[in-house]
Amino acid sequence: MLFLSNVINGLSLGSIYAIIALGYTMVYGIAKMLNFAHGDVIMVGAYICFFAIARFNLNPIIGILLAMVVCTVLGMTIERFAYKPLRQAPSLAVLITAIGMSYFLQNMAQLLWTPNIKVFPSVVGNGAIKLFDGQLTISYIALITMGACVVIMLMLSLFTGNSKMGKAMRACSEDKGAAQLMGINVNTTISMTFAIGSALAAIAGFLLCSAYPNLTPTTGSMPGIKAFTAAVFGGIGSIPGAFVGGLLLGVIEILAAAYISTELSDAVVFMVLVVVLLVKPTGLLGKKISEKV
Amino acid sequence: MKKFVALMMALMMCLGCLAGCGKADPDAGKIKIGGTGPLTGDAAIYGNAVKRAAEIAVEEVNALGGLQLVVKYEDDAHDAEKAVNAYNALKDWGMQISMGSVTSDPGKATSTENYVDRIFALTPSASTDLYPEGKDNVYQMCFADSNQGAASAQYIYEQKLGTKIAVIYQSDIDYSKGIYDTFMAKAAELGLEVVSKTTFIKGANDFSVQINEAKNSGADLVFLPIYYQSAALILRQCADIDYAPKFFGVDGMDGILALEGFDTSLAEGVMLLTPFSADAQDEKTVNFVKKYQEKYNEIPNQFAADAYDCIYAIYQACTAAGVTADMTAEQINDLLMEQFNTMTFSGLTGENMTWAGGYVTKSPKGMVIQNGVYVGLD
Repeated sequence: MLFLSNVINGLSLGSIYAIIALGYTMVYGIAKMLNFAHGDVIMVGAYICFFAIARFNLNPIIGILLAMVVCTVLGMTIERFAYKPLRQAPSLAVLITAIGMSYFLQNMAQLLWTPNIKVFPSVVGNGAIKLFDGQLTISYIALITMGACVVIMLMLSLFTGNSKMGKAMRACSEDKGAAQLMGINVNTTISMTFAIGSALAAIAGFLLCSAYPNLTPTTGSMPGIKAFTAAVFGGIGSIPGAFVGGLLLGVIEILAAAYISTELSDAVVFMVLVVVLLVKPTGLLGKKISEKV
Repeated sequence: MKKFVALMMALMMCLGCLAGCGKADPDAGKIKIGGTGPLTGDAAIYGNAVKRAAEIAVEEVNALGGLQLVVKYEDDAHDAEKAVNAYNALKDWGMQISMGSVTSDPGKATSTENYVDRIFALTPSASTDLYPEGKDNVYQMCFADSNQGAASAQYIYEQKLGTKIAVIYQSDIDYSKGIYDTFMAKAAELGLEVVSKTTFIKGANDFSVQINEAKNSGADLVFLPIYYQSAALILRQCADIDYAPKFFGVDGMDGILALEGFDTSLAEGVMLLTPFSADAQDEKTVNFVKKYQEKYNEIPNQFAADAYDCIYAIYQACTAAGVTADMTAEQINDLLMEQFNTMTFSGLTGENMTWAGGYVTKSPKGMVIQNGVYVGLD
């Protein structure tokens, strides 16, 4: 029963990683860049939620929507001013810019909101469902996180599979030049990708801080790195890959903490990543691209 | 042309020097006391409490009209490297007496500097056993960790607070590890049953594994020798799965009620050992709490009380030894060491305290959180 409850905790942690990983993987799939500022957009989203809910006593739903709007604008602004001018530049330049952006956001948050911890309000309410005579308890927040993750996954799959914009995104990810020739506006598509990724970041920020309520300007960085790992693990560029990678990473992390060592759990997570990449360099669900020479 | 520019620059520099000389030192004639502490960042609650209380105490002492003191705090952001920089900045300022560092890891670093530089140090709250160890001029106002661990075990045993105990501690800081080690030693001696021991490291967010283990081993008391930030997460995650054992903390738990946005009902019934209780009715405490509240609109914690006592202890020692503001730090150091090794001091955090090898001897009080405030247990 302890094992089951650890697995559930792992899935709940993994769901958060999966939602964050979606942001990384979508941007990578389409713009072929690693947006390291993504974790910090999550932090901004969490702060907006915090102020809306705790300071201004708004309805949590409105708080989340507000955070989504702010993050969307923020994500698109970052893309417009920091990444778009570098579209033709070598990928290393874009990568460094993204890291710079990440530090910029963290320091701005410190300046604006002080580095002191803010405790995120418990919107969902503390409590749990008890199964098997109370031997297995699942907290409400874990249920909501897992539910949100599945819903987001499904909606995103439908969106990329069926909508016009989604098809444009897939086209861009396969071949930007050809997509442009077919009349797709590549720049708009990339902006749109950032917008969706950032809106997801706001939701991730809310869920992350609902589960782990200590909010500081560096809240997003470690989950960001873990989610990036999850995206690579699942095959970067692949949306189902981010989902599978995130969930697996969460479960491995919790099981490693429970059965190996709480201190070594991160080391175990990254060891697994190394092994997976050695065996399958494109990640679990990554596409194998054979380039014609 | 280049020569001309160089000449001009040299001239400017000279002028700059002169301007510096002309300014009167506002701290002249006062004994300079310096300390480093986290004024920003994770542990800022401690640093600011210490700084504020020290300033209140200095104001009071100066109003007495005897020795005049001035206290200055530099930010170390709870980081050993920054603490040494902050310490050096204070030395440049002309610090004659040091209040060490507020937290343990920075304290380990600055106490070594204190020892080498022969600047007397009395820390309000850096509680690691390593703080005074092997350094003859470095003293603590707070309990050393080993004392806290043993005293906690003793208290739990005497008051019969729990039969099955779980411990969750942070293994990568001396503070937590130190308390854990001595708690376990004392628990074994007293025959307390410790059913679950789990650890975490800096930056940990998810405590589900530790909490699950405590819960499944049937622990009815969880001992948390950790800082309040992690404790806040643990309390919340226990509530999330409807696990409600008794919680017993140490002085690092102090501060949890001041966290912005923290739901204080989660901390209801949390017990901790601390030498200071803000609701005590003696004249000294009432006066201090009132002043602190008027000025900063919050109830002072134990760190504040320790800092307040530090200033008064230094004042008492300085007066007894005839220290004056024109003495060098080293002269003051020798005089104060002599005093602290022999004197007894009564303050907010205890009566008739004495020091041996830099460690203080005083008796702790058990406290419990009720309706969002600390209440004495006895």
